[in-house]
This record gives sequence, C-alpha cells and structure tokens, in this order.
Amino acid sequence: MASDTTPPPPRIAVADLTMAYGSFVIQHDISFTIGRGEIFVIMGGSGSGKSTLLNHMVGLRTPAKGDVLYDGQSFWHAADEERDRLRRRLGVSYQAGALWSSMTLAENVALPLETFTRLSPKQIGEIVSLKLALVGLAGFEEFYPSEISGGMLKRAGVARAMALDPDILFFDEPSAGLDPISSRRLDELILELRASLGATMVVVTHELPSIFAIADTAVFLDADRRTMIALGNPKKLRDESSEATVRAFLTRGEQGARGSTG
Amino acid sequence: MTRAWPSTTVGRPWTLRVERTRPEVACVELTGVWRKEDRLPDPSEVWREIQAGPPVQRLTFDTSRVTDWDSGLVTFAIKVLEEAKARRVESDRAGFPDGAQRLLHLAEAVPEKQTGRARAQPPWLARIGARATATWAGIATGLSFLGEGVLALGALLRGRARVRMSDLLVVMQDSGPRALGIVSLISFLIGLILAFVGAVQLQQFGASIFVANLVAIAMTREIGCIMTAVVMAGRTGAAFAAQLGTMNTNQEIDALSTMGISPMEFLVLPRMLALIMMMPLLTIYADLVGILGGAVVGMAMLGLGSAEYFEQTRGAVGLTSFFIGICKSLVFGVVVALVGCFRGMQSGRSAAAVGLATTSAVVTSIVLIIVIDGIFAVVLNVLGL
Repeated sequence: MASDTTPPPPRIAVADLTMAYGSFVIQHDISFTIGRGEIFVIMGGSGSGKSTLLNHMVGLRTPAKGDVLYDGQSFWHAADEERDRLRRRLGVSYQAGALWSSMTLAENVALPLETFTRLSPKQIGEIVSLKLALVGLAGFEEFYPSEISGGMLKRAGVARAMALDPDILFFDEPSAGLDPISSRRLDELILELRASLGATMVVVTHELPSIFAIADTAVFLDADRRTMIALGNPKKLRDESSEATVRAFLTRGEQGARGSTG
Repeated sequence: MTRAWPSTTVGRPWTLRVERTRPEVACVELTGVWRKEDRLPDPSEVWREIQAGPPVQRLTFDTSRVTDWDSGLVTFAIKVLEEAKARRVESDRAGFPDGAQRLLHLAEAVPEKQTGRARAQPPWLARIGARATATWAGIATGLSFLGEGVLALGALLRGRARVRMSDLLVVMQDSGPRALGIVSLISFLIGLILAFVGAVQLQQFGASIFVANLVAIAMTREIGCIMTAVVMAGRTGAAFAAQLGTMNTNQEIDALSTMGISPMEFLVLPRMLALIMMMPLLTIYADLVGILGGAVVGMAMLGLGSAEYFEQTRGAVGLTSFFIGICKSLVFGVVVALVGCFRGMQSGRSAAAVGLATTSAVVTSIVLIIVIDGIFAVVLNVLGL
C-alpha cells in the first residue's frame, strides 16, 4: 500500500478569526496552528481579548469571521451533533475553577462520565479517584467546592477537564490569584500532564514565569492594534522580536519601548 | 491687592488668600490644615478673586504654612490647575508640598481616556430606536428560550433527554413541601377575606348561605391558582434566577456547555418538571384551605352549620371549575420555571446583575401570570365553560 505522503493536519488551526462583540471588533485576522502535544500560550495585556480567543476556540462564542479547525475538521461549520462530539475531545479549566457548586468534587468529575459513557458507578468512582489523585486532591472526593481553597478549586477544575481523557486541554489564566508556589505547582502539573497524556495544551496567561516555564509556542495579542503581532517561542520572541511591545511585555518593560498599558 | 476669606473661615482650620506679587502674577496662599473633611473651599472662588483684578499670566502657590494635608488638598489643586490650563494661565506648582507634587504628577501621568467618561450620547430618535430594537431582541430570545424549553420537554417525553433524579428530587422538595406553610397561610386568609366581604353584602338580602358559592367558585377557578402562582414566582422563580445567575457568574454554565451538556436539559428541565408536578398539587391544596377559611367565617359569623356549608359548596363547584384551576396552574408552573431560569441564564456576571435578574424574574412572572389568566378568562367565556 502506498503510504500517505500528505502530512497530517495540525491538531488545532485557527484560520482568519475575527472576534467581535456586536459591531465592536476585539481582535481581527488571528491565524495560527498548534501541533500535537504542543503547549501553546495565548498572551497579551489586560483587555486584549485572550480569554475571548479561548472562548471562541472552545465554542462559547461564535466568531464574527473565520473558523477553528480540529484535525482539519471545521468546528463552526460542523453540524450540531458533530460539534458536540468535537466538544467532548476538549477539556476546559476555567479561571476560578467553575465547579458546579451544588455537587461534591467527586460528583463534579463524575458528571461528564455519567453523561457520556456507559461505565458502571463503581468504574466511574475509580476513575474519579484517579483524576483527583492526579491533581493532588486524593481524599477530597466528598468536599464541596465552597469548602476548599482557590488553588485546590483550580486543580479540581483540571481534574474535571480531564474526566473524558480529552486530547486537548484549555487553561484560562491558571495561575491568576495563586501564590507563587501554587502557581508553579500548577505549571508543573501542566507539563507533567503533557508528558504523561501527550495532550495538546492551550494556556491563556500573562504570568511571565509561567510563559517561559511551559510554552513551546506563544501568540501575542495587541490591545491597541487589535490583532496578533507575534508568534513563536517566547524566549526567542523576548530576544529577537522586531516588535518593541512584545519585547517590553516579555521583559516586564525593561527592554524596548514602554509597553502599552491599558 | 490682597483678599482673604475671613467671613467664611470662621471655625475652620484652613485659610485661603490670593495675592498679587506683581500685577500679572497671582499667588494663592494656603495655610493651616487642608483635609477633605474640613469643608474645603470651592476652587472657583480662587478664580472669582483672580478675575476681580487685572488679567493674570502666571499662577504660583504658597503652602509653606500648611500644617497638615491629605487628598482634599490634591483635588483642590487639580481643579485649580485644570482651570488654569483651560484659561491658558501658566502655573507653577513648586509651591505645593513635595508629596502633593508627586501625587499631582501621578494623576496626570496617564492621559484621560477619551472613550471612557465622555461617551457621546446619541440623539433621542436613535435612543428610541435602540431601545425598540433591544426590546424586540429581548422578546425574540425569550421566545426562542421558550421554544427550546418545549423541545427539551418533548425530548424527555420521547425518552431522548435525561434528567438527573437527584436534582429533580431536590428541586421538587424545595418548591413543593417547603412552600406549604406560606401557601396555607395566604389561601386561608384569602378565603376568610372573600367570605367576609361576601357575607357583609349577602346578609342584606338574607342570602348568607351563598357565601359558600362565592368562596368555592372564586377559589377553585381563579384565586387558588393565581395566589399559588404568585407565591411561587416570589419564592421559587426568584430562587431559580438567583441560582442560575450565580452559576453564570461563576462560569458554571460555560463549563456545562463546553462539556457538551445542554444547560437546558441539565438545569432548566428538572426545574420545569418539578413545578409542573408541584403546582397543581399546591393549587388543589390552596383551594381546599381557602374553602376552609370561608367556612370559618360562614360558621362563626353567619351561624351556618358545617354540614350545610359544605353541602352548599359541593353543589356550587363542579369538577369543571376544579379542572380549570388545575389547567391554569400547570401553565403558571411552566411560566414561573421558564422565566426564572431564563432571567438567571441571561444574567450579567456581577452581584448587581444577579440582583437585577432576580427582580425581573419575579416581575415578569407576575405580569405573565395575570395576562395569561386574562386570556384564559376570555377563552373560557367563549367556550361557555
């Protein structure tokens, strides 16, 4: 048999995306691709539309123009059922965890399993314990979200995002509001999960230590020009980017022009 | 040329003087304590003084005798300096205390954003248009939510949607048994009031026994279901809106959507089902308690016998009246559940927005309940029921 000579499509491709709230354009002409097992960081100043871009990639907001493709398959032009099937391949961990507050941690992680698999309650229980143990929360099964700390909430959110063994994990500001040590442990968890699960990770963050610790590739969204102005490895961008704003951002304003505040 | 404010500074720790060192240079001299709680002077007074003399080109400050100051002094200074800029008067701020100079510098470091405060107000015709289109869009999303709700209910009946039993039971308990107390109280009192008002009128004609008819027909056809629905709108509809609004604020609804779990099925359906089951039961209960309230007046005030009263009641209400009340209560149950959930899911992401969502859930529910009751009355009249 002739082997397939065309390279496989990238895991995620964002094509010509324009994001808008009504007639107010937030970002336009966003295009990039993310390979299998890559850790991709979306960075930019406050209000540049980082989280909005993530919301477009996971299907919470409809793009004004353009598309997002997973393994070459269009997300926004897919039929509803097909899109739901794609959604199950994505795990999303939200800024404040977004755990369902009326359920225990175990029930939170179990819900997607109960909804989408035919596993027995006993098997589900075992998977739930495993996922909670992976994020360092073994023994917290019966706790309610209101009973644990902010850092634990985020890790529990990661456990829930991993419930269905997704190929792609999204993290919205994983280290926001965490102390430096918790924040670093979360970075390590992300690296560890990539190494063990081989999942592709998309991380929205503006924390420089996180960006340099985890990112293979990063995109920079500029709030003033409302488009992406840099794409590449963050260390390279810091040293070699032609954009002063990007260099300033990556060096906390110590190099290049004064970064755009605002 | 010197002027001070001796008349207004009585009992105040500060003084303010404008002096002319040269005809075109005005020096504003501040002394004493300048704190925001000390009823500081209006900056325009400075300008009124300056304008009284020949035109100035330069403004200087002397604060060497200010003993204590806080942001009150800085806001005063900012206003005076802004005015100076607007009047093209050069100002020298070296006279301010060091700290105040630094604060002034900080406050001016980032220019005011043009789009922020001074957002242009569109003309009134455009505003009316925007209001109208927003209202129309609101009605359209409300109708599509109603449609989705009905579809989800249909899917459930055809066995294609699932409801978590544990959620359903919790909502049922919350909206059913836990509401018994307030429903009892209100319907008992309403029955009592109806009977009392009726008795006063009917006694004049020696027709006291018809109080039983009045109470029975009014309770079963109208008041029982309306009062129950209004109580549920205030109690349960508000709770739904607050719960779902908070879940929305906390991105819990986003988390459901991205997982491919329909919030309609997972959150709205159990609430709607619970009210569809609980509302008719509560209404029957309210009818009976209301009739009991009427009976108390009939027996205590009119001296009717209990057997007589209940016989009269039984003759007055047929099953039709009962069923009309129950049918209406089913519709009201769906209205309260859907409106509560809709307002909650549409809520903005802040504490204030959740409060607004709750208020508007209760108001919308009550309005719809009354309007739908009116439509029922017309339709039933046409049908001759």
